[in-house]
Amino acid sequence: MDHFPSNWGRPRNDAIDQYATYPIHSRPKDSFAEGVQRTQQPIVTGTSVLAFKFKDGIMMAADTLASYGSLARFKDVQRLHAVGNHTVVGAGGDMSDFQYIQNLLEQLIVDEISAQDHHTLSPAEIHEYLSQVMYARRSKIDPLWNSLLVGGFKDGEKYQPSNPRRPLPLTVYLRFLAYVDLLGTTYSASTLATGYGAHIAQPLLRKAVESREEILTEEQALKIMEACMKVLFYRDARSLNKYQVATITKDGVKISDSKTLDTSWSFAENIRGYGAQTQ
Amino acid sequence: MPGSMVAMTQPVQQSFNPYTENGGTILAIAGSDFSVIAGDTRQSEGYSIQTRYAPKVFRLTDKAVLAVNGFAADGNMFVKKVKQRLEWYRHAHAKDMPIRAIARLIQTMLYARRFFPYYVYNILGGIEEDGTGAVYSFDPVGSYERETCRAAGAAQSLVQPFLDNQIYFKNQTPAAGTQFPQHLPLTSVLPLVIDSFTSATERHIEVGDGLEIYVVVASGSTSLQGLQNLRGVQEVTGTTDGERVFVIRRELKKD
Repeated sequence: MDHFPSNWGRPRNDAIDQYATYPIHSRPKDSFAEGVQRTQQPIVTGTSVLAFKFKDGIMMAADTLASYGSLARFKDVQRLHAVGNHTVVGAGGDMSDFQYIQNLLEQLIVDEISAQDHHTLSPAEIHEYLSQVMYARRSKIDPLWNSLLVGGFKDGEKYQPSNPRRPLPLTVYLRFLAYVDLLGTTYSASTLATGYGAHIAQPLLRKAVESREEILTEEQALKIMEACMKVLFYRDARSLNKYQVATITKDGVKISDSKTLDTSWSFAENIRGYGAQTQ
Repeated sequence: MPGSMVAMTQPVQQSFNPYTENGGTILAIAGSDFSVIAGDTRQSEGYSIQTRYAPKVFRLTDKAVLAVNGFAADGNMFVKKVKQRLEWYRHAHAKDMPIRAIARLIQTMLYARRFFPYYVYNILGGIEEDGTGAVYSFDPVGSYERETCRAAGAAQSLVQPFLDNQIYFKNQTPAAGTQFPQHLPLTSVLPLVIDSFTSATERHIEVGDGLEIYVVVASGSTSLQGLQNLRGVQEVTGTTDGERVFVIRRELKKD
């Protein structure tokens, strides 16, 4: 227990002081000590985002918590952001940087509408834009501290500009799902997860989804997503039992109201060191 | 020693690291009139597999293929910039840049970033203007040389000694009255490439999932026979005359 009120609620630097073991006089320095500075570490953070492909499109989920270090600071923050009618961007990492990204995307959409050429940005184009922004910022050593998932239903796998000669696949897939982070690293797969979810939910998602992308219905997809969010809530100390699900299909983007997870803690009674024990 | 005490007790603010390492391995082998450039398709960070399919080998022109390995974001950006320079060259000169010129271009592009390098090992393979197979290998800041074969990336230390032995015949003595060949035929090179990657997959955790082998063949080469009826081969040539480019895709173990 830290007995110094001035330290309460301050985020620890998990990279250095993982278990708050440093004596107070030699604590890693306060994030605000030098006034305005570049993002050197995330402050108010969101945890995992999960997404995967299913028969009719993409499903993505994130809980609604924005943490301040280990403090559950904001409990109703939307981390899924619709961009136009075909794309959703989900964010983990620093929430103020995410708000800035939302702003950039909003401007981008306004510019596209202003052109009045009846062209709307595809998910692949939005992902390319974001990856260039993220890579440019990391190259200035002034990163946007986020892991982003971009999911959409429009130009997807048929987009192969690098090779005009390669014949398009007969079945034209329209789904798009890709990742980009603060380093500008990008990749695509049929199941994706950021943050803690990459370790805990990704194996579950791969087992449940891989090779079934063309079969899974929306209801089945929702079940899988709920199971994964539940495991994350049980295991990730920076998570919340309140989350939102986005589905992107040919009908456009749908982001649900926040859902609550049913969890059971009665087992804790029987575990030594969890509940009230007499000995 | 107050100085060293401070270093021991004061935690240092960890600064942002703009680099990471994304695993994988690439290799290229030059024949007398062909060149083989291959890479696995796994992309990882630490112990996590990010994706099982992220290409590391790219067709630049009909006579040049580039493999990039190291930090994936830098690699993708570097390939993008090289392709752009090649397109500008095409618009200016109405022909594709020759491979030795691409090699020098890559060296200047890498050295231009000497003090904030692209953390990428490049291997360029293709056909020289005289019709011979060529492999150029680079370090992240642009040092380069033309070679017969080169492996780079996570399993370089596993694959390169194998290639030294099998391509350069290092530590082997020819039978009395015979000589080792200067160049191997494509039919011998392809199995060596596949074996290199299956072995690297066995022994290195960052290698696996899929294998993409690009084969660039000089026009009129005898290597064309036997290539076209290979399993899983696909032609990706851009023009109708001159060199031809093929891709062979294989699965690798995914564990």
